[in-house]
Amino acid sequence: MKILTLVRQVPDAEARIKIQGQAVDLDGTTVVIDGMDEYGVEEALRLREAGVSVEEIIALAVGPKRNEDALRTALAMGVDRAIHVETDEKYDAVALSRIVAQVALAEGAELVLVGGQEADWDSQALGAASAERLGWPQLTWTNELKIEGDTLTGRHDVDDGNESFSATLPVVVTTQQGLNEPRYPTLPNIMKAKKKELRKDGAGAYNVTPTVKIVGTEIQTRARRNTMIDGKDPQAAAQQLLELLRSEAKVIA
Amino acid sequence: MILIVAEHAGGMLAKSTLEMVTAARDSGREGPITLLVLGQGVAAVAKEAAAVADQVLVADLPALAAYNAEVWAAATAQIAREGEATTVLIGGSRSGREYAPRVAVKLDAPYLEDAIKLTASGDALQAQRYTYLARVTETVEASGPVIVVSVKPGSFAPAAPAAQPGEEYDVELELPTPRVEVTGRSVEKTSRVALTEADVIVTGGRGVGGAENFATYVEGLADAIGAGVGATRAVVDAGWRPYAEQVGQTGKTVQPQAYIALGVSGAVQHLSGMGKSKNIIAINKDAEAPIFKVADYGIVGDVNQIVPALI
Ligand SMILES: Cc1cc2nc3c(=O)[nH]c(=O)nc-3n(C[C@H](O)[C@H](O)[C@H](O)COP(=O)(O)OP(=O)(O)OC[C@H]3O[C@@H](n4cnc5c(N)ncnc54)[C@H](O)[C@@H]3O)c2cc1C
Ligand SMILES: Nc1ncnc2c1ncn2[C@@H]1O[C@H](COP(=O)(O)O)[C@@H](O)[C@H]1O
Repeated sequence: MKILTLVRQVPDAEARIKIQGQAVDLDGTTVVIDGMDEYGVEEALRLREAGVSVEEIIALAVGPKRNEDALRTALAMGVDRAIHVETDEKYDAVALSRIVAQVALAEGAELVLVGGQEADWDSQALGAASAERLGWPQLTWTNELKIEGDTLTGRHDVDDGNESFSATLPVVVTTQQGLNEPRYPTLPNIMKAKKKELRKDGAGAYNVTPTVKIVGTEIQTRARRNTMIDGKDPQAAAQQLLELLRSEAKVIA
Repeated sequence: MILIVAEHAGGMLAKSTLEMVTAARDSGREGPITLLVLGQGVAAVAKEAAAVADQVLVADLPALAAYNAEVWAAATAQIAREGEATTVLIGGSRSGREYAPRVAVKLDAPYLEDAIKLTASGDALQAQRYTYLARVTETVEASGPVIVVSVKPGSFAPAAPAAQPGEEYDVELELPTPRVEVTGRSVEKTSRVALTEADVIVTGGRGVGGAENFATYVEGLADAIGAGVGATRAVVDAGWRPYAEQVGQTGKTVQPQAYIALGVSGAVQHLSGMGKSKNIIAINKDAEAPIFKVADYGIVGDVNQIVPALI
């Protein structure tokens, strides 16, 4: 079986976000591989380590140059090779799913691992959209995964709790917190990764146009009262808070 | 028509459905507001739906007894096609956001996700949504004969009944056989108000000090004021509380009237799930804790001492 695992390079959670014109400007911002994607890479490696016959693990990124670093991280963690569809175009999930489906088919992947949600765009849509294009079932928010033969079992989060499932490959799986603890690339593996294949594709070959346009970007912060109360005298502090909640915020009667 | 897939649970129409009706009414998109009710034994839901819609399409079938992404996507796409829907609204719940992209691909339509505001602009539809861990608000636009949208819960006021109830029609569906077999289910049970519907939430972080303290202070305060209970990921990872209570990027997104954070540092991933709350109240012993930057009211002090004084 071949596994395709998707990765992206996103702003570090702690990084300050700034806007330039109509768009978020990442110039000078610390970027890292998306945590949700690390779960996917890690899971692919663990499936192989658990004895599932995994012929090849391929990482895919679509986007600007910086995504190369996410692919390098994936290679250093242990994936076999990487594909970078390099483009400065911002594709929405529906458009992007065309590229993912084409790559999955061309590579003969039977399992596609996708992050549950992007740390920046959070569309939670690429997994499902890709599954639909491929005509495959999907399992979203997966926090436990096992493969035996061509049967996939595990557990995933649903609206009101979680479900155990069973399905037959090929499948698209999206990741969730709890799936695993991603490993750190070791120095020898980082060195080895430099020799692994990182193929560059132009986006043109995939013949895809975005279907959603960003027309405005704003940083909106809600003005907060920031009223601070000293808690040295707990009784007095509690009384003062209750009074403010009653008379000012009017959240209690 | 504007097609809205009704969300319902326990034989009742969900608040999110009423919110989608408002989103549709205010969007400026044309066509009758049509609620699609999928399920089994949903006659009462359909009746509730009729009160707010121009028309209600009902598929009451054993095959719809349990939600499945492929089945829901097929049903929605079929009805959207047959009714020549120009807009399809789907709830921004976990399940809604799971099958909505499939509907968009089936209809070859653009997909606007997690909308907090919808405005028609000529033939196009604009939506606002939060990105970058809810720190940025982006306006996105799509056009085409049909556009699929998921609507963020809690972003629109629930719709009041229409002057006249809409007509109900039964529809026939061609449904695929589910390919994912559900072999077990564990449902979150809480005797308290659901987190996403609570007006007031009390959340405990690692600073609360342990599972026992959590029960005493966080649950104690929540029960005293009839609030929902939330937790940070640190607390969930430590095994003090179930994941169902986690608020934040990888947990639930909430926006109650009042959010009370006890011993919570205020990491970005936590803020992204609660930063839109109307009022934020924080108790933390560290005056420099980031949670105070977003707090309306903050007490610098020990949770173990302040909370008993509040109850
Ligand atoms: C990809 C990713 C996703 C994540 N998703 C989420 C998510 O969905 N939700 C989430 O919450 N986190 C999430 N996190 C984790 C997040 O970064 C923080 O680690 C977490 O929110 C911290 O939880 P905490 O505030 O309980 O703990 P801490 O950061 O340890 O804070 C404890 C606070 O309690 C205070 N304190 C200690 N003792 C007392 C006392 N006696 N009285 C009063 N105050 C006291 C301390 O001053 C401190 O500020 C995510 C992280 C990653 C990388
Ligand atoms: N441009 C991209 N290149 C590679 N993977 C992507 C890209 N965009 C999204 N993904 C994957 O899809 C996941 C979820 O993204 P989304 O559905 O857009 O929230 C991410 O965590 C990635 O795994």
